[in-house]
Amino acid sequence: MADPMRVRAQVKGTGAEVRVLMAHEMETGQRRDAAGKLIPAWHITEVTAQHNGKPVLTAHWGPAVSKNPFMFFALKSAKAGDKVVVSWKDNRGDSRTDEAVVA
Amino acid sequence: MRRLIVGAMALACVQLVHAQPTTAEGIARYREMLADGNPADLFEAKGEGLWKQKRGPKVASLEQCDLGKGRGVVKGAFVELPRWFADTQRVQDLESRLLTCMETLQGLDPTVIAATPFGRGEQANMEALAAYVSAASRGQKMSLPQGHTKEREMFELGKRVFFFRGGPYDFSCASCHGEAGKRIRLQDLPELTKNPGDGIGFAAWPAYRVSSGEMWSMQRRLNDCYRQQRFPFPGFASDATIALGVYMGVNAKGAESIAPAIKR
Repeated sequence: MADPMRVRAQVKGTGAEVRVLMAHEMETGQRRDAAGKLIPAWHITEVTAQHNGKPVLTAHWGPAVSKNPFMFFALKSAKAGDKVVVSWKDNRGDSRTDEAVVA
Repeated sequence: MRRLIVGAMALACVQLVHAQPTTAEGIARYREMLADGNPADLFEAKGEGLWKQKRGPKVASLEQCDLGKGRGVVKGAFVELPRWFADTQRVQDLESRLLTCMETLQGLDPTVIAATPFGRGEQANMEALAAYVSAASRGQKMSLPQGHTKEREMFELGKRVFFFRGGPYDFSCASCHGEAGKRIRLQDLPELTKNPGDGIGFAAWPAYRVSSGEMWSMQRRLNDCYRQQRFPFPGFASDATIALGVYMGVNAKGAESIAPAIKR
C-alpha cells in the first residue's frame, strides 16, 4: 500500500491555500540499475482534488515530476471547516486518497 | 547642496539595485522555498508508525526504548545525544541507540542491520526512525551531557578523529571544517570546531537530500564525508563515528536543532 500524503489547507483571505506532499518514487523509466537494466517507469499519472465533494483540480502527471512531489494550489472561496480531498493514481494502478480540513 | 543630496540619494538607489544577493543568500532562499514542503515530513510520519508498530522476532514496538530521558520519552532526547548509557556501558548516538533497542526489544540482529547498505531494508527504517526522533526535538537547543568520564573521553577521542589526517588526499575532517569561510563548489562548509550557529552543521542532520531524494542520518552524513576524503568507510555506529558526534555535538552547544532539515 502506498505511504500516506500530507495535506494541509489554510485559510487565506476569502479562500484557502492547499499544500500537498506525496510519497512516491516517481521513477522515470529512463534510469538503469547497477546491472544495466532499465528500471521500469513508475509514476503518478493523475492527481485530483475535491473541495466539499466538488472537483476543483485534475492534473495529468508524467515522469518529469520529482520524487516525493510537493503540490500547491489555491481555492478562491473556502472557509474554515471545509473538507479538501486529494487523490492520486499511478501507472501501476495503485492509488492513494487523503484529506484535510481547512483551518 | 540640494542637488548634491539628490545625487547622493540616486547613487544610494543605484547601489540598492545593484546589491545582488550573494550565493549563500540565494541558497538560503532556495532552502526556504523547499522547506515549505520538506519531504522529511513523510519520513517523520513513517518513523512514527515504525516506532509504534510491533515488529521483529519478539513482535514488540519501540515504545519502551530508552533514548536517554527514560523509557519511551522521545521529546528532547535528540538534542542530548550522543550520551552515556549505563545498560550498554557505552556512549551512544541516536542510530547506535536505536540499534540497541531494535536488538533488545524487537530481537532484530544489529550486525545484520549495520552491514545493510544505507537506504535499504532495516537501514531505510532506521533513517525514518531517526527523522521521527529528531523531529520531536525540533527547535530545542543542542545540549549534550559531559558529566560522565566516558562522555568526556569520547569528546577527546572525537577531537583526535576530527584532526586525524590520512588517506590518499592526506585529508582530515578539519581540512574542510576547521576554519570559517570554506566551501565545496557552492556549498558553504560549517566550522565544526565551535558552535556554527542555529540549524547549521550538527544541528541540521538528519536531513532530506533533494538531489538524491533520500533521508540521511548523521551516520550516513559521516560515511559520505569519509567517501569524499577517500578514507576507508567507518563501521556503522562504530565508536569513531559516535566520538565525532560527541565532538561536533558538544561544540554546537546552544545551537537550535532544525532536524530533520532539507538540503540541496
